[in-house]
Amino acid sequence: MALYSEVVMDHFMHPRNVGVIENADGVGTVGNAKCGDIMKIYLKIENDTIVDVKFETFGCGSAIASSSMATEMIKGKPIEDALKLTNAAVAEALDGLPAHKMHCSVLAEEAIKSALKDYYDKNGIEYDHSIFPDCENCDHCHE
Amino acid sequence: MQVYADNAATTKISKHALQAMLPCFETYYGNPSSLHTVGQEAKEVLDQARETVAKCLGCEAREIYFTSGGSEADNQAIRSAAFYGAKKGKKHIISTAFEHHAVLHTLNVLEKEGFEVTLLDVKEGHNITAQQVKDAIREDTCLVTCMYANNEIGSVLPIAQIGAICKEAGVPFHTDAVQAAGHIAIDVKAQNIDMLSLSGHKFHGPKGVGALYVRRGIPLRNLIDGGAQERGKRAGTENLPAIVGMAAALEDACNNLEENTKKVTDLRDKLIAGLEKIPHCALNGDRVNRLPNNVSFCFEGIEGESLLLYLDAQGISASSGSACTSGSLDPSHVLLAIGRVHDVAHGSLRLSLSHDNTEEEIDYILQAVPQVVELLRNMSPVWRDLQNGEREYIL
Repeated sequence: MALYSEVVMDHFMHPRNVGVIENADGVGTVGNAKCGDIMKIYLKIENDTIVDVKFETFGCGSAIASSSMATEMIKGKPIEDALKLTNAAVAEALDGLPAHKMHCSVLAEEAIKSALKDYYDKNGIEYDHSIFPDCENCDHCHE
Repeated sequence: MQVYADNAATTKISKHALQAMLPCFETYYGNPSSLHTVGQEAKEVLDQARETVAKCLGCEAREIYFTSGGSEADNQAIRSAAFYGAKKGKKHIISTAFEHHAVLHTLNVLEKEGFEVTLLDVKEGHNITAQQVKDAIREDTCLVTCMYANNEIGSVLPIAQIGAICKEAGVPFHTDAVQAAGHIAIDVKAQNIDMLSLSGHKFHGPKGVGALYVRRGIPLRNLIDGGAQERGKRAGTENLPAIVGMAAALEDACNNLEENTKKVTDLRDKLIAGLEKIPHCALNGDRVNRLPNNVSFCFEGIEGESLLLYLDAQGISASSGSACTSGSLDPSHVLLAIGRVHDVAHGSLRLSLSHDNTEEEIDYILQAVPQVVELLRNMSPVWRDLQNGEREYIL
């Protein structure tokens, strides 16, 4: 029995959408190096649609795989759909994560929301604050 | 290419050890406590194994107690010394901050039971000095327990000097020699060691077996009560195949110590020199007083589990002290104890060699590791920040 599912290993060994978008419309960073996980998501948005997405991740295998899978799941989708992406959906798409690695999928969800919040803030778009978690004070690594 | 470089975790059993074990299943299957011939033949084999282990450590056979492994030996030695110390009103124990959990967690339990524990700092030189031990000894110190060599970073402690200090002060001295036995010459009498733990599978013997040496005159308390095996100090029918396999492996290791040390040290030094060319990395552990087979590094800007998985995909078995590999959220207590901050402790890699490794394998590792480090750095936002000057390099 391997530590990770085949899907996780595939997205870890061949991560999709790695990189940076220069002059991105929204950028979100969550986690910190002290905890051993940082995810940074870059979004290119046109007509309320995510036309491109890239990520950079410092973290374990499941953190890199979660970033890869989450970016695949929102690429080409309307913002509205991306906002609905849950960590459970990311983990399910990865064919499951070990229990102590579930926080990696949480980070992926939060990184995308953080990047969308940045897009709204940059463009002065009104939004319901309750849809975004308080990532500044996220304590996922102090559970 | 398949390269096994995790020999500090466990080793492959040697052919000689395996061959030595087989007759214990088919011929010497008797219970050494039985009076009949089959039992007494098994007892003879057991006695021989005890002689062999004693000879390798420079002690008498009656001073060797077989256990289920290093952890049990550590637990018994420490709990026993604490028990007899407390009887005299002595409830202070000295150890180091980078001990194995078999020692640290036992000490944690004793602290809850009212003992006071001093853990010596290991930041300076990634090691301790005998002077630190001397300065920490008090009137009420009942035990000094310092590992012989560190399992993660390879530092070899000044055991003979610590032994001399403890002897002078009249304080029992235990050493967890799980990583050292079979890898470094040990002479418990010359080094004034009162108690020593070792584990069979760290030197090409079988798993599930270890030994505790206890100098004659040092009282020993049972951890497991029951029958009169092991001079009444460790109950349970002896695991004869494992004991015999361990003795054979230790004998081999001691007979070939000089040759193996030279070979493995050369491989180690080549590996260290090659990995040090990677920018922003640091060697962990004492560079001079170091296990012949240990290579341990921290690489800035990456995380250890990813590093291990990519190396595994290339056939290289290694280890890391990152949080993600331990299942906890904190990186290795050893790396934190030597002063590595969390950010870089997550990016650690341990390669532990054996005499089975070849120079070609070292070349293969030296080709793979820099590539994987670069690949991971190229997808790391931490590395980007470091390169852009938005974050300061630690290493």
